Amino acid sequence: MELFFQQLINGLALGAIYALIALGYTMVYGVLRFINFAHSDVLMLGAFAAYFLAPGIAKVLPPHSFASALLITILAAAICAIIGILIERLAYRPLRNRPKLTVLITAIGVSLFIEFTCQHKAVFRSETRRFPELLPINDYHFGGLVVNSNDIVVLVTTIILLAAMWFIVQHTKTGTAMRAVAFNMQAASLMGIDVNRIVSFTFGLGSALAAIAGILYAMKAPGIDPLMGIQPGLRAFIAAVLGGIGNLPGAALGGIVLGVVETFAGGIPGLSNYRDGIAFAMLIGILIFRPAGLLGKATVEKV
Amino acid sequence: MLEVKNLVVNYGAISALHGISLQVEQGDIVTLIGGNGAGKTTTLRAISGLLKPKSGEVIYHGQNITRLPAHKIVAAGLSHVPEGRMVFANLTVLENLKMGAYLQKDKAVVANEMDYVFSIFPRLKEREKQISGTLSGGEQQMLAIGRALMGKPKFLMLDEPSLGIAPLLVKTIFEKIGEINRERGITILLVEQNANLALEISRYGYVLETGKIILQDDSTALRQNPKVKSAYLGG
Repeated sequence: MELFFQQLINGLALGAIYALIALGYTMVYGVLRFINFAHSDVLMLGAFAAYFLAPGIAKVLPPHSFASALLITILAAAICAIIGILIERLAYRPLRNRPKLTVLITAIGVSLFIEFTCQHKAVFRSETRRFPELLPINDYHFGGLVVNSNDIVVLVTTIILLAAMWFIVQHTKTGTAMRAVAFNMQAASLMGIDVNRIVSFTFGLGSALAAIAGILYAMKAPGIDPLMGIQPGLRAFIAAVLGGIGNLPGAALGGIVLGVVETFAGGIPGLSNYRDGIAFAMLIGILIFRPAGLLGKATVEKV
Repeated sequence: MLEVKNLVVNYGAISALHGISLQVEQGDIVTLIGGNGAGKTTTLRAISGLLKPKSGEVIYHGQNITRLPAHKIVAAGLSHVPEGRMVFANLTVLENLKMGAYLQKDKAVVANEMDYVFSIFPRLKEREKQISGTLSGGEQQMLAIGRALMGKPKFLMLDEPSLGIAPLLVKTIFEKIGEINRERGITILLVEQNANLALEISRYGYVLETGKIILQDDSTALRQNPKVKSAYLGG
């Protein structure tokens, strides 16, 4: 029983990170109908931004303090928001009215471009670096359960961000405009909505979440390298499809489900090497039996 | 108030409008009638900035708006209720109306307009919390018009407001269009396949055929015109 709860906590913490990343995929898909494959690289850039910011911030704020961790995270998120907006502006916007396949292939290109540029010796190099401890790490014991402080940070941060996202999308004017643009761009422009600004906002928001997810991911597995985004990015993409691509609560749910299932599977002797296989088996299963995803609504393609 | 000069629109190699010119005076109701594919919708889309014309000019209140993006044209006071209504089916009725007032910063003005929209379409008030996709066609048309009114337009373009709507509701909607014009002084450019209805409500009309204006006159005169009678008024 203890093992069960232990694994559940581990799974939730992992799933929470997937959920944060999945939100970015699903928001961009909701508005522009393509998968931004470079999203996972923005996550990596978020972790690297924090890595390079940490020593500087340590001069103004005491290291390992909550304030310094918060400041580093906010700055890294802001940097990544700008990077995300630039990626859309430079790579995707010129292709807005082209077939979606063109944009999709461009997204793969942007992703490879970032990954391999960052591995260059003049940039980050390809080696793994140790991620600084942003917050003191403690283990808390509850009965027989051991809960790592990082897991608590991950869960609390995720809950706050999910609530904030829900509020932004459901209850602010910009969020309503996002949903309007997602439904029909032309109709939205007839309301006076500057569609390009809403698209930029969506990319900024998604990229900021990816940066935070990247930092949380790096805190849990304290090695970072330019390809670190690929694995969690792929899982989060699966999570977004699992929950119903384009659906925000679906992305959150998909991330958590995937994180928990993956962790439990990893804990079963003999299955631990099949974590990826299990993730993809879930993806295939959902595509066969519920193609719209867990929370997605089946839509009839208009012709 | 609105002047369209020699508007030419192409879809790829196919020419949809071969030089349309028309004029709408302040406070007027002007209609554009014609068969399927005549270019009525294309004309409205080119005026509101959804389509980029190949050549020609759209002058609104002395300002050349031909190359402005759609959202800036709305800001100038020219609103377009598109064909097929295009309500945001994923948003509630209330959210749709709020989007109509997207550019309005003053909350009191928004509330005021909302009251006005609910006063002419009480049905919308009853359904304000409902997801718009679940409304009937007629209710969606009311919502589309109401949403456009939320932006306090001075000039309103309506594309086929009678399309796919129960006859009884069509009558209501056309009465309301007249009311909006009279009470609010909103100038209206109406596109309709139902020429009878359109010529009844409007003061002046243009007849469009395969991308050209073939006839223009006072609506009462057009209704008597034998050519219009045989082609558009069913004898």
